[in-house]
Amino acid sequence: MPPEDQVVPDASPAPSTAPSSPWRRAFGWIAEGNLALVTFLAVVVGLFVGAILIIVTTTATLHAWGNVFSAPGHAFGVTFSTLGHAYGALFTGSIFSPSAVSHAISTGSGWTTVFTPISETLVSATPLMLAGTGVALGFSTGVFNIGGQGQYICGAMAATYVGFAVHLPLLLHLPLVVIAGAAGGAVAGFIPGILKATTGAHEVIVTIMLNYVFLYLLDYLLTTPPFQQPGQSNAISRTVPQSAQLPHLLGSGLRVNFGLIIALAVAAAMSWFMRRSTLGFQFKVIGSNPAAGRTAGMDARLATVLVLTISGALVGLAGMTTLSGTDFFMSSNYGGSNGFNGITVALLGRNRPLGVVLGSLLFAALSTGGRYMQATTGIPIDLTTVIQAVIVFMVATPALVREIFHLRQGRTGKILLFTKGWAG
Amino acid sequence: MRLELAGITKAFGPLVANDAVDLTLVEGEVHCLLGENGAGKTTLMNILFGLLHADSGEIRIDGQPVRFADPGEAVRRGIGMVHQHFMLVPVFTVAENIVLGFEPTRRLGFLDRRKARADILRLSREFGLVVDPDALVENIPVGAQQRVEIVKALMRDAQVLILDEPTAVLTPQESEGLFTVIRSLAKSGRSVLFITHKLKEVFAVADRITVMRLGKVVGQTTPKETNEAELATMMVGRSVELVVNKREANPGQPVLELDDLTLTDDRGLTVVDHVSLTVRSGEVVAVAGVQGNGQTELAEAITGLHHGNVTQGSIRLAGQDVTRASPRQALRSGIANIPEDRQVDGLVLSMSIADNLVLDVFNQQPNARFGARDLGRVRRDGERKLKEFDIRASSAEVPVATLSGGNQQKVVVARELSRPVTLLVASQPTRGLDVGSIEYVHRRIIDERDRGAGVLLVSSELDEVMALADRIAVMCRGRIVGVVPHGTSREQIGLLMAGVEQSGQGQA
Repeated sequence: MPPEDQVVPDASPAPSTAPSSPWRRAFGWIAEGNLALVTFLAVVVGLFVGAILIIVTTTATLHAWGNVFSAPGHAFGVTFSTLGHAYGALFTGSIFSPSAVSHAISTGSGWTTVFTPISETLVSATPLMLAGTGVALGFSTGVFNIGGQGQYICGAMAATYVGFAVHLPLLLHLPLVVIAGAAGGAVAGFIPGILKATTGAHEVIVTIMLNYVFLYLLDYLLTTPPFQQPGQSNAISRTVPQSAQLPHLLGSGLRVNFGLIIALAVAAAMSWFMRRSTLGFQFKVIGSNPAAGRTAGMDARLATVLVLTISGALVGLAGMTTLSGTDFFMSSNYGGSNGFNGITVALLGRNRPLGVVLGSLLFAALSTGGRYMQATTGIPIDLTTVIQAVIVFMVATPALVREIFHLRQGRTGKILLFTKGWAG
Repeated sequence: MRLELAGITKAFGPLVANDAVDLTLVEGEVHCLLGENGAGKTTLMNILFGLLHADSGEIRIDGQPVRFADPGEAVRRGIGMVHQHFMLVPVFTVAENIVLGFEPTRRLGFLDRRKARADILRLSREFGLVVDPDALVENIPVGAQQRVEIVKALMRDAQVLILDEPTAVLTPQESEGLFTVIRSLAKSGRSVLFITHKLKEVFAVADRITVMRLGKVVGQTTPKETNEAELATMMVGRSVELVVNKREANPGQPVLELDDLTLTDDRGLTVVDHVSLTVRSGEVVAVAGVQGNGQTELAEAITGLHHGNVTQGSIRLAGQDVTRASPRQALRSGIANIPEDRQVDGLVLSMSIADNLVLDVFNQQPNARFGARDLGRVRRDGERKLKEFDIRASSAEVPVATLSGGNQQKVVVARELSRPVTLLVASQPTRGLDVGSIEYVHRRIIDERDRGAGVLLVSSELDEVMALADRIAVMCRGRIVGVVPHGTSREQIGLLMAGVEQSGQGQA
């Protein structure tokens, strides 16, 4: 056989360009626009856009830039100090304050103050991690679960009910509450799943509509016994007892609780599930190419039902952790936008459990830091929402980031696009 | 018009698709560009048509260098292209499609339909291109759609016409018709660039032949100076067997019995019409026919993918009724399935070779235990099959998307033949493959037959049918219009494919 026959035109480049030295590998990694790098650069762009917004909306900097020709140094000075204060506050409010640390070291007390910002960030991140993991499972299986809001409420409702209606010691009661939360979300996910499998109803429409169903179901329950807090005219639920509350991890002064452990454990389990389990493999195949899955004998309908049910269960757990971890009762519009933000962090984490955890932490840090920034510098918290939006926008359009930073198209990216084209 | 391509080079990353390609097209000639899939023919044509831009080299028209920024510019300079996939609006009439983009208008911008029709009919008469200007494109057969594309190019005053694999969708008779049109175009002083990988066509139509391999021009010749074997050698780079060596079939018990099978599609139209056919162990039965005459649906029904729409009749596998078997039941009961479109139905392109090799048995021992996959085992088995089935890849861990078409198909073949096979259903098993891979796949199919499996081969490539089949069932409009023994002439099969039924044919 002549030598050119050995050449496999399409297969050979991938291994042959695998760089030998770690330096070359690092260079290749940067130049090819690795997905993690794109995400990092998206954060940089987000903060940059935020900085511009701060400059043009703060009177002091605008004034200084108005006189830039007479006093250029002043303009830069004011700009840097304003930005420094704002982003400093964002850091201080979400992670830790160096001054609080030195105060704690010198006096030996005040450690609670030191850990409050990071504790708050972790508390905000917990439901995002769970909801994000659930949504990511759907996305990587080709199922678009937009029903996070409804599943979140459903999980929290079930947890609340089991919380106040059942009387058991903590060791029995709490696991039951956790299971109830997951089951509540699972029911909310099963409905669109079975509808899609049997009638072909599109899950996006059904899940969005179910969000309203559960939102108003909650409103109804909150004004009706046995849910409504007795003796209250407000639409709030009964409070769950201590035995149904998730224990704090770092003492009663810090709100960070066992929910974080659940979220991390779920993310780890999901990571194993998608890599190693047969069911996860089946989900991935059907997500990438349902036709090939079907031809190989897989049941795409059953997989759809299972994916939406599991996805719903995880989002339901997210609702359970806020209820049993920090809130202990429900009010109207419970959970705010946590369910929807699950979609955002799934996108940010590119549907990978570790990515979702990191994305949740970033999102939560921006939110908690933003509150502190508003309180100390007067810059509205909406700025952090803009930063979050820019980051998500950038992550959703990796081509744009590559264009801005002149990165080469990564090989992985090419394959992904290729696959999408064929798989529809 | 004299068209020259000089030193055209185009690289996609590390892959050089065109390497200093020279090609000259003189007035009034039919020039065949011959090469395997992946030889760089389509890249070259896309450069010529302004869809891609060469890294170096130039295009000259009558000696003047030109640069086409986009296809529009190429069209204005008299170059027309008929793509493999037609660019027509199905709900428009033929005339509307032809004038689309440069509509003749009367005052106030009204469409001048009369002029459009007259122009079309004039061209149609001049070159023997039979088209009905008032028919809707969605209602006319593929062959006619192709003629519409050609008229469209001629209306734009194309002096050079590029035809990319034009016969893939035609019956032998329709191909003949196309060749007549091509010759009359050449006679009128236009030149035709005919891209193909089929050797027979080259001899039917070409004045000159350019052969490409791995991005380079490896030779130029004329039909008089060469023969099929020589061209095949040039194309592949080594000598190839043009015929499949096989013994006479030794048919045994029936393994597949179709009895009066009738299928409807999603719109309720009958796509397979009262088909009865038997495949015995140890024989290859080919289902021949022009694409879209029910063969796809027939194969899907047998493999369990179409069972929702069986309205009548039955499918039996080795005596057992499998009419309503699920795909999983079908493959567990001994059916191996090489699907028509490997990238859609056969493979998950983003996944590794190893994963694709276990797509059917991923959850069975020893690939998995208690719901957890044994990834090491799957990988080692994958590496072993790379060797066993001659899949050229650096490891079993690379995504299937990075493989060439031939190696992708070998992955499908490897998976399907790794189960115990009673019946092999192979649909268009060599479509788009290079000659080396075609030989390999054909060999494997015959090996399965000789091992005692029944083979149902669905193919629209007549050469393939003639080479492999022991019996040939010809399908037209959902019905089997005749079953003929191997060795029947191409003309006779061609007539059957066009729906001309013959009396006195042997039944299955």
